Amino acid sequence: MNRIDQVFQEKKNILNIYFTAGYPKLGDTVKIIKALEKGGADLIEIGMPYSDPVADGPTIQESNMEALENGMTITKLFEQLEGIRDHTNIPIILMGYINPVIQYGVERFVEKCKAIGIDGTILPDLPLPDFKREYKALFDKAGLYNIFLISPQTSEERIKQIDEASNGFIYMVSSNSITGAKDKIQEGQVEYYERVKSYNLRNKKLIGFGISNNETFTNACAYAEGAIIGSAFIKLLSQSDNLDKDIAEFVKSVKG
Amino acid sequence: MLAVSESGFYGNFGGAYIPEMLHPNVEELKNNYLEIIQSPSFQEEFLSLLKDYVGRPTPLYYASRLSEKYNTNVYLKREDLCHTGAHKVNNTIGQILLAKRLGKKRIIAETGAGQHGVATATICALMGLECEVFMGKIDVARQKPNVERMKMLGAKVIEAVSGSQTLKDATNDAMRDWINNPVDTYYVIGSVVGPHPYPDMVARFQAVISEEIKKQLAEKTGKENPDYILACVGGGSNAAGAFYHFAENSEVKLIGLEAAGKGVDTGESAATTLLGKEGVLHGSRSLVMQTPDGQVVEPYSISAGLDYPGIGPVHAYLFASGRGKYFPVTDEEAMEAGLQLSRLEGIIPAIESSHALAYLEKLNAKPEEVVVVNLSGRGDKDLATYIKWIEDHKS
Repeated sequence: MNRIDQVFQEKKNILNIYFTAGYPKLGDTVKIIKALEKGGADLIEIGMPYSDPVADGPTIQESNMEALENGMTITKLFEQLEGIRDHTNIPIILMGYINPVIQYGVERFVEKCKAIGIDGTILPDLPLPDFKREYKALFDKAGLYNIFLISPQTSEERIKQIDEASNGFIYMVSSNSITGAKDKIQEGQVEYYERVKSYNLRNKKLIGFGISNNETFTNACAYAEGAIIGSAFIKLLSQSDNLDKDIAEFVKSVKG
Repeated sequence: MLAVSESGFYGNFGGAYIPEMLHPNVEELKNNYLEIIQSPSFQEEFLSLLKDYVGRPTPLYYASRLSEKYNTNVYLKREDLCHTGAHKVNNTIGQILLAKRLGKKRIIAETGAGQHGVATATICALMGLECEVFMGKIDVARQKPNVERMKMLGAKVIEAVSGSQTLKDATNDAMRDWINNPVDTYYVIGSVVGPHPYPDMVARFQAVISEEIKKQLAEKTGKENPDYILACVGGGSNAAGAFYHFAENSEVKLIGLEAAGKGVDTGESAATTLLGKEGVLHGSRSLVMQTPDGQVVEPYSISAGLDYPGIGPVHAYLFASGRGKYFPVTDEEAMEAGLQLSRLEGIIPAIESSHALAYLEKLNAKPEEVVVVNLSGRGDKDLATYIKWIEDHKS
């Protein structure tokens, strides 16, 4: 069974934490994964840095730029993740823009994910029809889940198409925005959450973008199986001088 | 015609590689653009503005001294005489009329050198629409006069501080703004780049250039097809417009001139067809200058309008199919060609357009042949660069 399905079966109020590979330091990847698992995160999303991350706000943009300056590449990330399944069982998703993956070679990328024990991918600028036409068979064969996003502007018809093509969970973008931490629940969000809930989708849902603390996390958990935190965690990493301790405290403070 | 497929592809190039948050905006445009721009009321308003506001048709001028020098027949398509100083305004009028018909209240745009920003700000002033232009912080510093022009026209200029702080980052920031404001905002892209339907839509608005060339050439020479069309290519909108109605006449040789910068092997270049690899940038699959790891690299050209790491998918297709030929032109070749045109014909061209002119040196056209050079813009904005070049090259 894919580890993503397993975690949804076994747990409630799932906390998925995002960080950018190669940030703050090139060699921090495995250290952060271990600290997150130990601290009580349920899922990990690792960003593959890109020079032009159009869906991301300033915090994640900066972490991408720094990670690239530190020398992070997909090849380097796979080297770091080699053998990761000897230490940890937490589901891992790789998130990244499509161009670096195309240059690496999509087929080679999928094979490598399978060999290492990656459970899913989020490729935000790979359109649904292109995925279905060119890559779905490849992903299915490897048991790799490709997670799709929906936003408040996504039509009901399209949400149902995405639900049909999805595995693992659907990534619900909380508002019409790029990534970035917000302290409060935004106007119109509850209506959107209720609307999507009423569609009775076959997939689980995690809410992301603008989730930063216990209040926003708890709110999201009322409408979905859990939530995703990115920018707020990147901010923490940028300020931390004791990753193990600070990560554990962060996860605890969010979960409450 | 340069036809695009239903899903927005020219051969393998094009498509709409965008985050889901942009999908509804782009879908709305895709579902409506053809019907709106082909409607009689749109065409009437568009053509009337092109005529009375832009000053179209722009002349097709027989450059006799240049022709004599190269022993052939050189015609210049005078897009430099358009209001605001370049072909860019053909597209901004089209897109902003479209935006109004879609009920949009706020216009955003990206700009590199500032020409597209000025053209957008101009039409927003004319239509009474709110306008915000994204411009890389580095470009804001080096293109001050255009920044001030946009402000005079009532636009707000927003410095893009992300990434490398130039055109590609201004484009990223405009896309981010559009994600944040999906309902009331329309994004006016300045070239034949971006997700489908932008490349096709921008090419259609610029196609007026080749439509006029055909008619004007027939009047002057008795035949509507030239032997060659030369146009500079950054993203490639003036070239797409100049090639558009000739694409199916295989006897017309389509030649795009890219900025080689300091030389294609120097690492300071923007010659995308030579240095780029297939990839995805700003929503379409095309040729992209990038590292082996797929990170987009910062290009270089003395001409800010050609300083872009990608190329419109239509040009990637023309290049790959062999229908179009693309050649690199260095800063030096372009500057010399610009200075030469000033002296021989009394026309100071934009440095972008000078890249197209420079290729006359290498073309070896026959005495009876006809060469059309698309003079996409005028050089007023480039005076400081020309003057500095002259100072630095005094022997």
